[in-house]
Amino acid sequence: MSGHVFHPGHHDLHGITVVLETANALWVGRFDSVTPKGVLLHDAGCFEEGVTPGTREEYLQKTLKFGVRATEKNKLIAESEVRGIRQLTAIGG
Amino acid sequence: MPYPESLVAPMRAEMVQMGAAELRTVAEVDAVLGGASGTTLVFVNSVCGCAAGNARPALQMALRHAVLPDRTVTVFAGQDLEASARARSYFGEYQPSSPSVALIRDGEVVHFVHRHQIEGRSPQALAADLVKAFDQHCGVAR
Repeated sequence: MSGHVFHPGHHDLHGITVVLETANALWVGRFDSVTPKGVLLHDAGCFEEGVTPGTREEYLQKTLKFGVRATEKNKLIAESEVRGIRQLTAIGG
Repeated sequence: MPYPESLVAPMRAEMVQMGAAELRTVAEVDAVLGGASGTTLVFVNSVCGCAAGNARPALQMALRHAVLPDRTVTVFAGQDLEASARARSYFGEYQPSSPSVALIRDGEVVHFVHRHQIEGRSPQALAADLVKAFDQHCGVAR
């Protein structure tokens, strides 16, 4: 079963833990797909400006070390709100 | 919702064949992790081919190293729900992800490999990281 993928034909980021940036928040979660309603993430956690303690960088560094503190099993973010998506590990750590 | 057992059986077997003891109940988890001394590697198995498909062979490679944890065990996330949750309760601040690997020494997590550290990496690269952790935390060669 090694290397077997159950879900071929998906988006390149499917199954990858990503950082999705909006104007006021960072979402970190497992990318699923882009749907008509927006980008779908699974097991997503959020840094929200003015709400979450610390900085975006501190949140990301903690997430890199300890993993995603998920608050949403399935999170849809409208494409119009998305400023960028990158793989979590691409930010280093 | 768990996958059909017939689908995951080969993934369970892959772990057992490489020498991991499968923990399928809370009692089995507690018996191994509760108050255990020495080093224990816990592999959180997953059906996800994207990541677990590389993580299992990576662990198999790493377990050929001369320096090894005292024991290697596995729980199956999404399948054995209570056992997986119980195992994760021993991981402290480390958040649930699957697949993942926890190396525990005398009850404390000393090395953790999250799913995001597995995604897109080769089994060889992952195995090299595990071997490095074994050398650092698991004592002398046997």
